[in-house]
Amino acid sequence: MIEGAAARSFDDAEDMSLGAAHLVADPSGVLYWPAEDLLVVADMHLEKGSSFARYGQFLPPYDTAATLSRLALAIARYNPRSIFSLGDSFHDNDGPGRLLSDDREALLAMQRGRDWIWLAGNHDPDPAVGIGGEFTAMLAIGPLNFRHEPTAQSDDLEISGHLHPVARVAGRGRAVSRRCFARSEKRMVMPAFGAYAGGLNIRHEAFTGVFPALSFTAHLLGATRLYTIAAESCLPD
Amino acid sequence: MTLAERVATSGLLPAPFLRWFAARGWAPRQHQLDLLEKAQAGRSVLLIAPTGGGKTLAGFLPTLVDLYERGASPKRMISTGRDLRKAGGLHTLYISPLKALAVDIARNLETPVAEMGLPIRVETRTGDTPVSKRTRQRKDPPDILLTTPEQLALLLASADAPYLFGTLKRVVLDELHSLVTSKRGDLLSLDLARLFTLAPGLQTIGLSATVAEPDDLRRYLVQQPRGSAATADLTVAQDGAEPNVTMLEPAERIPWSGHSARHAFGDIYNLIKAHKTTLVFVNTRSQAEMIFHELWNINEDGLSIALHHGSLDVAQRRKIENAMVRGSLRAVVCTSSLDMGIDWGDIDLVINVGAPKGASRLLQRIGRANHRLDEPSRGILIPANRFEVLECRAAIEAVAEHAQDTPPLRKGALDVLAQHILGCACGEPFDADELFDEVRAAAPYQDLTRADFDAVLDFVATGGYALKVYERFTKIRKGQDDRWRVTNPKFAQAYRMNVGTIVEAVMLKVRLVRSRGGGKGHTGTIARGGRILGEVEEYFAENLSVGDTFVFAGEILRYEAMANDELYVSRSSDTDPKVPSYEGGKFPLSTYLAARVRNILADPSHWRALPDAVREWLEIQKWRSLIPGAGDLLVETFPRSSKYYLVCYPFEGRLAHQTLGMLLTRRLERARLRPLGFVANEYALAIWGLGDIGLRVERGDLRLSELFSEDMLGDDLEAWLAETALMKRTFRSNAVIAGLIERRHPGKEKSRRQVTMSTDLIYDVLRKHQPEHILLRAARADAATGLLDIKRLGEMLSRIKGRIIHKPLERVSPLAVPVMLEIGREMVYGDATDEILAEAADELVREATRRD
Repeated sequence: MIEGAAARSFDDAEDMSLGAAHLVADPSGVLYWPAEDLLVVADMHLEKGSSFARYGQFLPPYDTAATLSRLALAIARYNPRSIFSLGDSFHDNDGPGRLLSDDREALLAMQRGRDWIWLAGNHDPDPAVGIGGEFTAMLAIGPLNFRHEPTAQSDDLEISGHLHPVARVAGRGRAVSRRCFARSEKRMVMPAFGAYAGGLNIRHEAFTGVFPALSFTAHLLGATRLYTIAAESCLPD
Repeated sequence: MTLAERVATSGLLPAPFLRWFAARGWAPRQHQLDLLEKAQAGRSVLLIAPTGGGKTLAGFLPTLVDLYERGASPKRMISTGRDLRKAGGLHTLYISPLKALAVDIARNLETPVAEMGLPIRVETRTGDTPVSKRTRQRKDPPDILLTTPEQLALLLASADAPYLFGTLKRVVLDELHSLVTSKRGDLLSLDLARLFTLAPGLQTIGLSATVAEPDDLRRYLVQQPRGSAATADLTVAQDGAEPNVTMLEPAERIPWSGHSARHAFGDIYNLIKAHKTTLVFVNTRSQAEMIFHELWNINEDGLSIALHHGSLDVAQRRKIENAMVRGSLRAVVCTSSLDMGIDWGDIDLVINVGAPKGASRLLQRIGRANHRLDEPSRGILIPANRFEVLECRAAIEAVAEHAQDTPPLRKGALDVLAQHILGCACGEPFDADELFDEVRAAAPYQDLTRADFDAVLDFVATGGYALKVYERFTKIRKGQDDRWRVTNPKFAQAYRMNVGTIVEAVMLKVRLVRSRGGGKGHTGTIARGGRILGEVEEYFAENLSVGDTFVFAGEILRYEAMANDELYVSRSSDTDPKVPSYEGGKFPLSTYLAARVRNILADPSHWRALPDAVREWLEIQKWRSLIPGAGDLLVETFPRSSKYYLVCYPFEGRLAHQTLGMLLTRRLERARLRPLGFVANEYALAIWGLGDIGLRVERGDLRLSELFSEDMLGDDLEAWLAETALMKRTFRSNAVIAGLIERRHPGKEKSRRQVTMSTDLIYDVLRKHQPEHILLRAARADAATGLLDIKRLGEMLSRIKGRIIHKPLERVSPLAVPVMLEIGREMVYGDATDEILAEAADELVREATRRD
C-alpha cells in the first residue's frame, strides 16, 4: 500500500495513485477518483453481439445487459458524481441505435443525478443521440489527461484504454490470464470492461510505446481483489 | 465340392471375376460371397471382419459385379432443369474416415478393374483434389467415388446434389466402428439420411472390426422407421488364427508409477532387433517422443526406427508411411495415428507400451501385425507401472475370451444437427416437416423431439435466443413455398469453409530457428524462416517459459519465443528435457476393463499370473491395509508430513477422477477440512488438506456415504461447471461445430487462438442469461462423456452406494503409492486461478520487502 491512501477507503479496492491524484482501482475493472468523485470505465464495447449479428454470427444478445448491470453495481458502490466512459463505449457507430429499450433505460437511469461524459473511441468516433451524456474527444481534469488511445510521447499524466491489457502469470505448473490495469509512474491503461471485449497480452509490442522496457506494474482483476504483479513476472504469449 | 467350385456353379460371380481370382491363386472368401449374395438380393449389410480379411474387396465386389453387368456407362445428355449434363451418374460412394485411406483404396481398386478390363471409372475426392477436377466431378461423376464424410457433406450442400446422387445405388462405409463413436459419425448419419431421400432404394454396406454391439451398427446403416428399429443384415467373417498376446516379463523391476516404461527400453530394443518389422504403440504423443528418443540413444546397430504421431507434419508422416510400405523400416513408434488405415507392409510384431485402455482397441492394434488370417498376430504388452500390469493382465484375459468393449452408439449431437440444417438450406430449399422426418430416420437421431429440432432450426436461423432481436439478420428464411433457404450466398460460402466436426485443440506450429544463444534478458530478434517440425497444443505451450527444454519430433528442443502464433524453438544440447510432458491419454480405461481389473485385484487366486514384484505389492497391501472386494470402494485416510490424505480407488479413468476430485474438494471445503489439492490417475484419486479427514469420519461427524453421495452431481456440479475451464473448452467446440463461431470466414482467416478467447466470454454471458440455450445443452451432453466424464462418475457413485469401506491408516499404503508419486508431477486442471494469482502476488511482496 502506498502511503496517504484516499480519505474514503473501499475494501478490496486498491490505491493506485498517479502523480498527486489518489485513485482507487476496483476489481470489477473501473477506476474511482475520490477527490473528484469521478468513476472511469473503459472499452465497454456495448452492442458487440448485435454488431456481429449483422454478418450472420449470432452471438448471445445479452452482452449489453451484462456489461451495464456490472457497471450499475460499480456505480452503486461508489455513487460518483461524474462518470467518464473512455471510448469504444459502443462496438460500432450504429451501436446506440441498436440498443434494446430495456438496456437504453438502464443506461439512462444510471445517468440520473450525475454527469456522464462519453469520450470518442476508434470504434465509436461520433456523438450519438438517445444515450444521454456529453461527448468529447479528450478531457483533462487537474493533472490528469483522459484519452481513449494512450499517447506514446506526451509527458503528462495519462489515463487511457483502447489496448485491452491482459496479463499472464504462471504458478502451480500452469498459466492464468486476466484483464488488468497497467500502470507506470505517469500512465495507466485501463482494462476493457465489456462482456465481449477481448484482450491483448501486456507483453505484446503494442504496449512497448506506452511502457518502454517493462516499466509497468500489472494489477490483475481477481474475483474479489486485485493482484499486483511485476512486469518481469508477466509472461508473453 | 470346394468353395471355388461352389462359387462357379452358384452364378454369383461372373466368369471374368472367377478367372481373375483363379489367376491370382485366390478363392473368394465365404464372407465375400455371403455379402455379395445379400447385396444382390437388395439388402444392406454390415460386414464384420478382422484386419486382413479381404474386407475392402468384399465391400466393393457387389458394385464391381453390378457395373460389369451394366456394361459401359451409357453417356447421354439429360436436362437437369438448369442445364444439360451427361448422364450416367454415380453408382457407388465409398466413405472413409481417413483421406489417405480413400486414396489408397482407390489405388487398390484400380488393379482388379484394370486386370478384368471392367468399364468402371474410379475417382477420389478429398480436400486435396484440385478445384478443376472437383468441378468436373459434379458435371460428370465417376461410377465409384471415394471420399470422406466432410466432402460428402459439402457435395450434399450444393444444388447439384439431387442430380449427383439421384442414380446412387450403394454406399460403402469403411472403418464404421471408428466413425460411429464420434460427432463425425453423427454428421455422416445425417448425410446418409439425406442420401436415402435423394436415392430411394439405396443400399449400404458397412465394414467394421469386431464390436461389442453389432446391432448398433446395423441400425446405423438403414433408415429407422418411426417407433421401431430396422437393421441391416449381418455377415461375420471367420476369425483368423487366435492372436498370441503376452506380457513382457521385464528384466528390471516394474516401477510404482509413471508412464515412461523406461525400465523396458532395453527389452523393447531387443524385441525390435529380433523381428522383421515392429510397431510400437503408445498412448500419447509425448510418450512416443520419449521412447523414440531413448531407443535411438541405445540404437547401437543403427536400426531404422521411425516416429509417427498426429502432431507431426503431414509430409513427414507420409514419408514414414511410404517407407513402411516399402519395408525399409525396422520399427515405428506410433500413437493412435496408426490405429486405422492402410496395410503397413509386413509387420510381425506389435508392442503396446503402457495401458491397453480397452480390449477391442488392443485387438485392433495387434491385428496390425500379420495381415494374413491363417497365422496368429503377435502382440507383447509392456506395462509401465504396477497398476498397468493388472490392466494388461485383464486385457490379455479379455482378448482370450473374445470380449469386446467398444462404446455404445452415440445419441446424435445437437450442434452437429445445426451444421447439417444449415447445409441443407445451402442446397435445395427444405421443408421443415420433411427434414424432421428424414433426420429421425438416422439411428443416432431416432429419439430427437420436434421441440429440439425446432430449437436447433431457430438457432440456425437467428441464434435461438429467448430475446428475439436478430430476426432481421436471419441466415435462413422460410419462403412462400414453406421451404427454408439461405438468405444470402455468403452464408453458403461460410458454411462450406467451416464444414466438419473435428475441432482440434488449438495447435501452435513449432518452428526450428537458430538459438539466439545469448543469456537471459536478451531481446534481440530471432532468425525467422526455419523449418516447421509439427504442432503442439496451445495449453502445452502456455506452460513453457523461455529456455525450457522438451522433446518433440525426436529431438530435445529449447523454447525461444512465441511469435505469429508459432512456437520458436532451437536445438538444445541438453541431454535431459526439463519439461516432462506427460499428458493423460485421450482414451480412458474402458468400463469393462476396469471391472476386470477390480476382479483381479479382489481375487488373490488371480495374482499367481502376475510378476513377483506386483504380487508382493498386493500381498503387502493386504497386510497393511486391505484389498477391496470387486464391487467395493476402498477409501484410505492417513496423515503424512503435517497434512491429511484421503485416497480412493474407483478405477474409472483419469477424467472421471478429476471431476470427482473437483467435487469432493468443494464438499471437504464446506466440511471445513481445508483441502489443499488433489491428484488423479486412471485408477485412484488422492486428496490432501489440513483437516484430519480420517478422524472426522471415525468420530462420525463426516459420513463417507454422504461425501460420496450422488447428489454431488446436482448443485456442486452446477457450481463447478459455471467456472471450469474444461467446460469452456467443451463449449468452444460446440460453438464452432454449430456455426456460432466461424473457424474460417470468407476473406479473413481468423486465428484459432482468437476463437478461444471469444468463446470463453460468450460462455459466461450465455450461461448467465440463457442457461437452457441449445448450445449449452449440447455442451452439457458432451461434458457427460467427454472431458468431464460425468456419466461415468454418476454410474460409479451409484455402484458404490453402501459399499464404501473406510480404512484409517497410520501411513501411506502400498496401493496408494502410485497416485501419491504423481503429486507435483501431474498437471492438475484445478480451477483455483485466484489462488495462483495470490501466490504470484505474494511472491512480489516478498521480493520487495526482502532485505539484502
